[in-house]
Amino acid sequence: MQTETIDIAAARQLPQVHLPRNDGMALDLDWVASVQANTSAIERRAATLPGRRSVKKDWQAAWLCKAISLIDLTTLAGDDTEGRVRRLCSKARKPVSRDILEKLGMTGLTVGAVCVYHDMVAPAVQALQGTHIPVAAVSTGFPAGLSPFPLRIAEIGESVRAGAREIDIVISRRLVLTGNWQGLYDEMREMRAACGDAHVKAILATGELGTLRNVARASLVCMMAGADFIKTSTGKEGVNATLPVTLTMIRAIRDYHDRTGIKVGYKPAGGISKAKDALVYLSMIKDELGDRWLQPDLFRFGASSLLGDIERQLEHHVTGSYSAAWRHALA
Amino acid sequence: MTVKEIFETMSYGPAPESSAEARAWIASHKGTFGHFIGGIWTKPGATFTTTNPATGEPIAQITQGTQKDIDAAVKAARRAQSAWARDSHARARVLYAIARILQKQSRLFAVLETLDNGKPIRESRDIDIPLAQRHFYYHAGMAHLMDSELPGRTALGVCGQIIPWNFPLLMLAWKIAPALAMGNTVVLKPAEYTPLTALLFADICADAGVPPGVVNIVTGDGAVGEMIVNAPVDKIAFTGSTAVGRRIREATAGSGKSLTLELGGKSPYIVFDDADLDSAVEGLVDAIWFNQGQVCCAGSRLLVQEGIADRFYRKLRTRMDGLRVGDPLDKCIDVGAIVDPVQLASITKLVTDNPEGDHYRAACALPTIGNFYPPTLITGLSPAATLMQEEIFGPVLVSTTFRTPAEAVEIANNTRYGLAATLWTENINLALDIAPKLVAGVVWVNATNLFDAAAGFGGTRESGFGREGGWEGLQSYTKPATTGKALKPPAPFPGQGAPADPLDRTAKLYIGGKQARPDGGYSRPVHGPRGALLGHASLANRKDIRNAVEAANAAKGWAKTTGHNRAQILYYIAENLSARAAEFAARIDALTGKGGKAEVDLSIRRLFTYAAWADKFDGQIHSVPIRGVTLAMKEPAGTIAALCPDDHPLLGLISVMAPAIAMGNRTVIIASDPFPLAATDFYQILDTSDMPDGVVNILTGSHAELGPTLASHLDIDALWSFSSTDLSAMIEAKSAGNLKRTWVNNARARDWTGPEGEGRAFLDAATEVKNIWIPYGE
Repeated sequence: MQTETIDIAAARQLPQVHLPRNDGMALDLDWVASVQANTSAIERRAATLPGRRSVKKDWQAAWLCKAISLIDLTTLAGDDTEGRVRRLCSKARKPVSRDILEKLGMTGLTVGAVCVYHDMVAPAVQALQGTHIPVAAVSTGFPAGLSPFPLRIAEIGESVRAGAREIDIVISRRLVLTGNWQGLYDEMREMRAACGDAHVKAILATGELGTLRNVARASLVCMMAGADFIKTSTGKEGVNATLPVTLTMIRAIRDYHDRTGIKVGYKPAGGISKAKDALVYLSMIKDELGDRWLQPDLFRFGASSLLGDIERQLEHHVTGSYSAAWRHALA
Repeated sequence: MTVKEIFETMSYGPAPESSAEARAWIASHKGTFGHFIGGIWTKPGATFTTTNPATGEPIAQITQGTQKDIDAAVKAARRAQSAWARDSHARARVLYAIARILQKQSRLFAVLETLDNGKPIRESRDIDIPLAQRHFYYHAGMAHLMDSELPGRTALGVCGQIIPWNFPLLMLAWKIAPALAMGNTVVLKPAEYTPLTALLFADICADAGVPPGVVNIVTGDGAVGEMIVNAPVDKIAFTGSTAVGRRIREATAGSGKSLTLELGGKSPYIVFDDADLDSAVEGLVDAIWFNQGQVCCAGSRLLVQEGIADRFYRKLRTRMDGLRVGDPLDKCIDVGAIVDPVQLASITKLVTDNPEGDHYRAACALPTIGNFYPPTLITGLSPAATLMQEEIFGPVLVSTTFRTPAEAVEIANNTRYGLAATLWTENINLALDIAPKLVAGVVWVNATNLFDAAAGFGGTRESGFGREGGWEGLQSYTKPATTGKALKPPAPFPGQGAPADPLDRTAKLYIGGKQARPDGGYSRPVHGPRGALLGHASLANRKDIRNAVEAANAAKGWAKTTGHNRAQILYYIAENLSARAAEFAARIDALTGKGGKAEVDLSIRRLFTYAAWADKFDGQIHSVPIRGVTLAMKEPAGTIAALCPDDHPLLGLISVMAPAIAMGNRTVIIASDPFPLAATDFYQILDTSDMPDGVVNILTGSHAELGPTLASHLDIDALWSFSSTDLSAMIEAKSAGNLKRTWVNNARARDWTGPEGEGRAFLDAATEVKNIWIPYGE
């Protein structure tokens, strides 16, 4: 477990200042081949974890605030407009009503980042001016990732130029499904290079990889190729983030750290909409990876409706009365 | 801490479960409990205190039972039994009602269990209590099905049940549910440390419609347990230590009481180099740090393949540091309190007295009060180390490494116990090869400590005998509806006449496929009914038994032959016997004076029976609530020694030999004491029937003399006695040495010519059920 002290507020937005980036390593196919993931055992661990960990009262409130600070507040819809994105950004600046945050002693809390499609990067950057909240762009022919490869690489460059500090790329699932680890490694390498100083999150689209073993191997190959984060899903697959997938991916992160000393981040995305679920994810990260991973430079929730549920729980914590959705500002 | 500070440290805070309702229930009994006998609470007598192991705080006063209490409880149970046994469907309704009430009161039971025992509320809430409910639901169904599915079986009567402190309510459920389902009534004693959930259970019995006397709960220490063992009950079911189990075996010897023992273990946990190591590490949390390691089937002996050992230990130590030890009523605690200061002291002493190896104590904070012991890993031990052999019964994992699958099996089986085993590999070939080779009643593949009412649980060797749960568990609570007449021993015929055949014929012993002279160099004359000298039979002694058992154990390959193959050999034996039928008939007539032809004919039929069964006594796949299969495999018991019935010199031999070898056992058979010569002729048949050497060893001699050597032999797995010499008590008492399974006739006759002379009872006795849990999914 890391003992380094970090300036939380700064780390939230500028991770690269504090930790060395993952520059990757040569593709080690022996290591990839040796990776195992026993599905039923992983499912049992995931199923029993919520019964093994519980946070109550002030701890729950603090953990929920932490969850907010880790959210990539996201809109990825075909009908997104600049106005819609500005609204989202204003929610990102003020995720919870001021009086609740004051009572909690948590004023100044913001979300981790705002995540949009390329065309919405510029308006988002503009709307977030004066904050440290970075803009993340989904890229590389998101969500299927099947546009021509040069266009996918070019798309990354466009988004970086437009001001995105984080790029969420999608991998070519077929490379995993056919066991073409070299192909996956090369693709990831090029995408990482195209990102320049922007951090790259590799979306594995785990719901389309068939098995947890594939998830574990793809996680490892993406880390070897220099991914700063590995991320479960686009949110558009039939199955998105799950606890078993999370366990599989963060164990890969742990092994990569043990072997290289490099910390790679993790982002579950899609399907996490309840405060309670967020707490389970946080305890899984805490127990499996350690406290250092509970900071925005190493962990994000990709979520759009989670924040609303957390707000209501926080109001309940502060007032003792159950809350209503309409009492909290829309994103 | 402020919210902001917690936000920055992301620590876990307190998450207490309230104990108010449990305390209110105790208060409703004024904090002092009597026994529950005949449906009513007795006035509390002399009491002792039960305490909360996490704090040392006294929680209730419990009555120490007396002989009078036990007498009253047994009498109440006896009075209620026949009415209770009458209506299966009515029993099903009551068992169902118990299950429902357990479910409705589940949190009260869970909190009370944790208060009394110290186990984390997470475990009592999510494991103990739901499994207890499941046992009652499952056995409600068994009660209902008894009439149609167990024809010819009947209740045993009154069952004395003594349960341990590690899973108080769950062990109660394992004992009471099948007993009640099969029409028995019970007198149950919960452990002295943890009586409360049993007493709460007594409280709900009336609500569930349990008739008075069907369930009796008496409390107290080991002395009360001893009173139950010696009481006029029909069965003793005990779960606890091997030492006490052994004493119970001795105490009940010859009493005719049915007995099941679920005892200690030192279960291996094998990690092969292709395993999912992270999942195997997490499995260990559920193996050895579950219930503070106070689990008879705890995976307490870690065997890791050498090439991955360092990496695995590193991962394991990191995981251990993340365990949270503390207040068991906290919902965020992994490891609770040790049940009692005495147990804590015994764990501490065993570990400090044995500093060998590399001791690693988890870097987790321990509470300052209460009985807590840190999760501990001891690596670098060899199989000879004390801690690799002795059951610690605490959160202490010991470990060594292995090189090959064969070596893993060898080390795993290098123990006096045989309860459970765990193995981790992603290779199905390896898993399904290793699981049957492990000496254990339960094997978990890529999982550990999975339990369910539908799967039998129980061990072999010094882990005891009998199964709890599943169809196989019902054996332990029923008996055949018929009982034999008293056995009249046939006496050998006297005589001093000249040999009928002038050529001297002294039958030798048959050991390891060869004729062997008796070690002692003695033989005795055998006369016919009219005094004619038929020949001489060797008098085997203890050394001949030693040699025969060694020969049997050397013939291990027999267990691996296919059922088809064994059937072929049995048919071949029948064929060869048929070819010499007239000669054998004449021999039997000469020995006993009657019925030779009929006996030979029946013997051939019996060989056909077991040739037929050899490849048909199938195991089962139990319906357990996981995605996976639980294979209930029937495995040979091992080396079976048998004292043949005296009255049928050939048929008696065939009747014990054929089922044993059909199921893959090796045998040491002591021929009919008065009429031994048909058996000695018979080995010529074996010699011509492709029977591998050592599978069948035949000795002749005095049952009274050879019986004790067999019973005390530590390398015999089961001993059957159908001798008309009354050896039952001696055999049961002396079998306590290695807790071999025994099957004795208690001086009752069996009709060897009829249906009770063959069939499932013999096949069951010749096999052990091993439950292999294989969760799957990719």
